[in-house]
Amino acid sequence: MTAVRSTARRAAGAAAWRRGPRRSSLDLLSRAARTPRGMFGLILAGLVVAVAVIGPFAAPHSATAFTTLDYAKPSAEALLGGDTLGRDVLSRVLDGGWVLLLMAVAATAIGVALGTIAGITAAYLRGPAETAIMRSVDVILSFPQLVFALLLVSLVGPRLWLIVLAVGFSHAPQVARVIHAASVSISERPYIKAKELNGVRPLRIMLGEILPNLVTPIVVEVGLRLTFSIVVMAGLSFLGFGQPPPAPNWGYMISENRVGLALNPWGVVVPAVLIALLTVGTNTFGDAAARVSIGAAGRPSEVALAGAAIGAVGVPEETIDAGTDEEGGAL
Amino acid sequence: MSPLARLLTGRLVLGVITLAVVSVLIFLATEVLPGNAAYAVLGHNASPAEVHSLEIQLHLNRGILAQYGSWVSGLLSGNLGTSIANSSPVWGLVAPRLVNSAVLAITAGVIGSVIAVLLGVLVAARKDSRLDDAVSSLALAITALPEFVVAIALVILLSTVVWHILPGVSVLPPGTYAWSEPRLLVLPVAALVIIIVPYIFRMTRAAMIEALDSDFCEMARLKGVPPRRLLLVHALPNALPPIIQVIALTFLYLAGGIVIVENAFAYPGIGQGLVNAVSARDIPVIQFIVLALAAFYVVVNIVADVTVLLLSPHRRVAR
Repeated sequence: MTAVRSTARRAAGAAAWRRGPRRSSLDLLSRAARTPRGMFGLILAGLVVAVAVIGPFAAPHSATAFTTLDYAKPSAEALLGGDTLGRDVLSRVLDGGWVLLLMAVAATAIGVALGTIAGITAAYLRGPAETAIMRSVDVILSFPQLVFALLLVSLVGPRLWLIVLAVGFSHAPQVARVIHAASVSISERPYIKAKELNGVRPLRIMLGEILPNLVTPIVVEVGLRLTFSIVVMAGLSFLGFGQPPPAPNWGYMISENRVGLALNPWGVVVPAVLIALLTVGTNTFGDAAARVSIGAAGRPSEVALAGAAIGAVGVPEETIDAGTDEEGGAL
Repeated sequence: MSPLARLLTGRLVLGVITLAVVSVLIFLATEVLPGNAAYAVLGHNASPAEVHSLEIQLHLNRGILAQYGSWVSGLLSGNLGTSIANSSPVWGLVAPRLVNSAVLAITAGVIGSVIAVLLGVLVAARKDSRLDDAVSSLALAITALPEFVVAIALVILLSTVVWHILPGVSVLPPGTYAWSEPRLLVLPVAALVIIIVPYIFRMTRAAMIEALDSDFCEMARLKGVPPRRLLLVHALPNALPPIIQVIALTFLYLAGGIVIVENAFAYPGIGQGLVNAVSARDIPVIQFIVLALAAFYVVVNIVADVTVLLLSPHRRVAR
């Protein structure tokens, strides 16, 4: 009898796991997109993503061909004028975003995945494992993120995969802190204890019971980290540690065309504006998602939002998905 | 032991441990991981003789532990080694940069904190007004801007395309310090201020609104305390701990933020020094600058924790 019931429970739990997180993360995103702020952010970021994705196919010239004069003024031939070597600014702008975007998305994925694994593991296992993980987090956090990336780049040289890994790693500790804070209270809930007493294995509990409750903070973290990834990637590229020239890249275009700012400002202005619109867009949408998630759980805390923005305080407990919790509690 | 002393000793011990671990990591990262630092410096087509002499100069021909030992004992005795890029002592190269960076970061940090806290208190008192909406939305937008976009926007606006009021690059003659040419400081400081104000502003506004919503402020309001006194004497002291924490985080941020801003303005600080060193693979300089930044992090964290403790009476008392 007990066996039958626990199998049924497990099946129900597994079903909730499969259904739950997908529904609630989509739900959170669509609710965020319906707020004025969220819609604004989504439109801004969407425009820039469209330029980056469609751009390479729409470029009138090759991004690396010398088609006009150095810092030529805009003309019918080159709508945004020429860059520092007489290449077409418009074509370089259209072709210079997609690598940056891909790298930022990859770094975000790596950072959030690593941080989530570390955070849940620390919170669930407690004891020495928790101390070890969270202390290493503190140590990595004693580097400025950009300096950490620069340190790695100084070793192997500016390889793209290395930059993606470096930026991803540098996100992990912040994510781990947030996820750890959110999972500690979940792993002490009675239904988790019940699962343990039923003999469910730790890995299964972490993946099947704790992770689904963390959908909201994870989505919020993805939003925040994506913005930071773009900022850091573009910054590294601006410093000359990105795609090696002559490949076009919005970050590097700003520094390579700076000298001719007075002659043809478009080679600097357009990439700068695109990066700005992109980061403002993702950040505004991320903020809308954080607001929706906190609002849904009841007590909106501006302090928590302001803290999360600078990575100070973990996403507060009230953002932990209330819906999944009830589902879990009823099992 | 009082809670303050306990916190202080705890934090100091943790800080020293952190720095020790960081020094090991920096050392391992720069000396062991890439296989051979000498090749990393000289490039892969260096002659074996060149590589050998550099290996001796960097003590790469000794064991890892011995290398680490000599690096750390050098650090502790003030001998930071010799720059590979221009074979002069690291300290002589980095010290003026440290001073310039400190001037830049502290000036920007102080100005930014003052502006942001004033703005936050002002706006919190008019929560949900049109002013609040405008300032808060602007702050949210600016928090997302990369540093170099802000820097370039300032250059375009104030020194090249629109107006020509201020110098667009802050190049200093070698051996001079930033305060000898205050005009050169204006744009880098302004860029950093614009970047940090929104964070501190948001936290100030949020913490003030929370404090103003509390029961004790309601009580004071009912008692007839004048609004300004309510704001500054009742609400602000209670909102301070999170504000102090964010200001501390802002200073931590500045340690990384100066890297981009200094390079955008060619300002001779450690941020520019670090990027130059990374480009030249000048390992002794990289090691020292990264360690200096980590030490700065540890110190700011301790100062912030102690300040917050001193500001919250209920945590000061032993439990």
